[in-house]
Order: sequence, then C-alpha cells, then structure tokens
Amino acid sequence: MTTLPKSPYLSAHPYPGKLIVVEGIDGSGKSTQLSLMRKWLESQGSNIFFTEWNSSALVKETTRRGKKTKVLTPLTFSLLHATDFANRLYHQILPPLKAGMIVLADRYMYTAFARDAVRGISPSWVRSLYSFAIKPDLAFYFRVPIEVSLSRLLEGTRAELKYYEAGMDLGLSTNLVESFKIFQSRTLAEYDKIVDEFGLTVMDATLEIDEQQEQVRDIVSKALATYKPKRGTHAKREALFWRRFALPESERAQGEADRA
Amino acid sequence: MPYQSLKGLKGKLIALEGPDGVGRSTHIELIQEWLEVQGYGVLTTGWTRSELMSKTIASAKQGNILDPWSYSLLYATDFADRLEHQIIPALRSGFVVLADRYIYTAFARNTIRGCDRQWIRDVFGFAIVPDLVCYLRIDVDTLALRVIESKGMNYWECGMDMRLGADLYDSFKKYQGLIIEEFDKIAEEFGFQVVDARRPPEEIQDALRARILPILKEGRTKRINKAVVEKAAALVAEKSAEKPVEKIVEKSGEPTPAKEPAASTG
Repeated sequence: MTTLPKSPYLSAHPYPGKLIVVEGIDGSGKSTQLSLMRKWLESQGSNIFFTEWNSSALVKETTRRGKKTKVLTPLTFSLLHATDFANRLYHQILPPLKAGMIVLADRYMYTAFARDAVRGISPSWVRSLYSFAIKPDLAFYFRVPIEVSLSRLLEGTRAELKYYEAGMDLGLSTNLVESFKIFQSRTLAEYDKIVDEFGLTVMDATLEIDEQQEQVRDIVSKALATYKPKRGTHAKREALFWRRFALPESERAQGEADRA
Repeated sequence: MPYQSLKGLKGKLIALEGPDGVGRSTHIELIQEWLEVQGYGVLTTGWTRSELMSKTIASAKQGNILDPWSYSLLYATDFADRLEHQIIPALRSGFVVLADRYIYTAFARNTIRGCDRQWIRDVFGFAIVPDLVCYLRIDVDTLALRVIESKGMNYWECGMDMRLGADLYDSFKKYQGLIIEEFDKIAEEFGFQVVDARRPPEEIQDALRARILPILKEGRTKRINKAVVEKAAALVAEKSAEKPVEKIVEKSGEPTPAKEPAASTG
C-alpha cells in the first residue's frame, strides 16, 4: 500500500466547536461517565449534541438485519460501521462543531480500529477507511480488567451478553461467556496499542463512579479553558429547564417507593 | 483480504464497465448465454444486488440524504457482501463470473462527487482484480439518445443530486460526460479493453467475445504450464541448490497476478 498523505484525523480540526469522545470495552462504564459529563456541561449552560456508535437511521436497520441472520463477515461488519460513522459525521457531528457547539460521542473510530483488528482486518486498511474523520479534541479511554466488565454486564443493568459483543461470530468458543472473555481481552490489547498511537486519555475505570467523574470534569474543564459556550437564545431553553429538574425513570420509581 | 485465502480460485472474473444505459446488462445476458452453450458455469453479479444491502441502498436513494462518504461506503459494503458470498465462492468452484459494473464504477462516481481518488481506491483495497475488464465506450450525445429511446432518464443516472443542470436532460449530459471522462482515465490506469459502443449491438457482442475467448483459454494453458514449470524447477532444485534456480522456483510458484488483492494488506 502506498503511504497515505497526512490524514485529517491526525491533526486538530479547524472548527470552533469541541468534540469529546469516550472509548472502552463493553461494561467499562464509559456511557455512564459520558451521560454524567453531559448533565454537568448542560448545567453550565452549554448546548450539547450527543451521538452514539452505530445509531444512524441509514445503517442501523441493516446492521440489525445482518446480525440477526448472521450473514455479516468481518469485512462487511467493518464497512457497515464505517458507513454509519460517515453518515453521523456528516449529519450530526460536523454541523454543531462548525456552529461552535460541543459534541459528545459514545465510541468513535478507535472502536473500529480495535474491533476490526481483533476480527482479522488489516489495521492499515481500517485506518485509511476512516481517513475522512476528524480528530477529537479529547478522547477518553476507560480502561478496565475483563473480569470487572464481565461482572458488570452479567450482574448489572443488562444481565445478558450479546452475540457480536461476545465475538461469537469468530468461533472462539461455543460458550458465550468464554467467547466474551477471549474476544474482549483481545480488544483490550488492541486498545492499549491505540492509546499510544493516538494519545488517548486513559482513565482508571475500576474507581467509583463519582471519583472517575471528578477526574473527567477536571480534564474536560482544562480542555475547554478557551472555549466559550455557544447556543441559540431560546430554542432549547424549555427542554433544558425540565431536564435539570426531572429525575431519571429508575430514580423516580425508587423515590415513589420510598415515599409509600 | 487479510483474513481470507485467495488461493485456489479456479474461475475467471470478467467485468463490464461503462456509463448508465450503454447496454451492459444486455451484453452480459448474451455473453452468459454464449458461455453456457459452450458448457461454462456462469454467475452474473450486478452493482447493489447484495442481499444484505440492496434494500438499504434503495431506501437511502429515496431519502436523497447521502453525503459522498456514506454513498461510497454503502456501495463498498454491498460489493464486499457480494464478493464474499457470491464472487469468491463461485470463482473457487470454477465458475466464470460476469460482473455488471465493478469497483471502477465506484471510483468514477465518487471521484466526480468530490471524494479523494486515493481514499476510494484504499476503501476498495480488499477487492480482487478481474482477469479482464471490458469498457463499453460511448460519447455522451449518442448515449443520451439511446437512453431516451429505451427506458428514459432517472434521477440518479442524471446525477441530479449534484445539481449540475436545470432539468434531467442537461444534468444527464453533464453528469454522464464527467463519468465518461473519468472512466477514460481509469481505463488507462487499470488497462481496460476498450470496446466502441457506438456500433450495432451484434458488432459489440462480437468484439466482447473476441476479448473473452483468449482469457478463458489462457487460464487453462497457464495452469498446465505452471505445473510443468514447477515440476521441472523442482527437479533442477533437487540436483543443485544454487540461488538462480531458487529464483525460478519462486517466480513460477507465484499465483497469477490477476488473483491478487488490488492493494496489498500493507
């Protein structure tokens, strides 16, 4: 392969907004930390845009169908995720960034770099695939030992492992938990390489939620030191107002139970 | 492809390229008929015809919301699906695979939509290089007449998403003009066999067959030759282990270049 020209995803983007991403294996707690970060930023008066891996309407349905019928190969799996990413980059990430707003992304291209490498795809090919991407202003990596993430997934919120999450398509083991362990350990090893290659900010994801969040907010504050929040004057105010007072569904139920 | 062995592909991959409405599908059908009469197993495969993706692409086109990257990547996914589930299995069992459009269509379309030339080539780096690519070359005026006479012009064939002209006809001429220009460059870059598509269909078909025939035979003789050469080389190697002999062995042991992935895995 010819050497690539210096890709845009290796140098800082020129837009006035800020892009913050979180990475980590399933069960690392990255989504929890991201949603707390979002709450905090919103309470400070910033208007936040949020985007999630494999969520674009264009591709989601196809991925779902492909996963169900198990016809996805590592190659099509990789390309579908790249398509989803391209679509979200163009429609969800770039416009707010250009307008000077903050965009939070749950997983970014590094997820593809890690997972596809485990699935046997050439790392240099995947990097060239994503060479249209932009470099985030801040990329957190929530590092966690495999046992911790596994116990979180099995005992915690989801209580079930998914087929592709466990890398069952690779035929590593017929046992779901065993396959998950092997697949996610390999993903962890890939992430460790990526951390060095792209300079991700490593967080200790075994700490308590609030301890981690405190560190996260520290780091974000520093990264946003020169940033001035930008938002429309009235458009979102109502939504923001209610979000600051409304309790999440789970907590509301708990509160009612306490009162009773 | 980094994770799939491409060794032992006995079949032949023949691709037909050319702008929309030039008559590719008609000629593919005729070639298939001709080959099957001669006893060859034939599989035809067309752009956006994968089971996984055809619905998705159709709905994306309806929505008309495609940015150039998603556009390229959707087609790449479709191609990858067909490559792994149709083309490679067929080649492995000795079929002649006729591809109605190949990766070069993506190169042309995406380049004129502003994608980086190198990027789109990298994206399709997992593809296998066809044994033969025939390019049905036509000028845009003749093409416009032919399309209007046969099935009429549609939104995407006119490149209306690029807003090149006020109406279908203007846009068609500008868009297909750009496509043809790009195809001409690609034809040179990848060494296509150019067939003049302004002639009557029978003549075009004859020209195509004349180019396909030697490819089918070539593979056979080559395989025999290769076996002979390897045997001879092995005999020589037995007697003396000198360097120049090893070189010959290496050379003859290589798979034909046509079966290599377009870009190495780097």
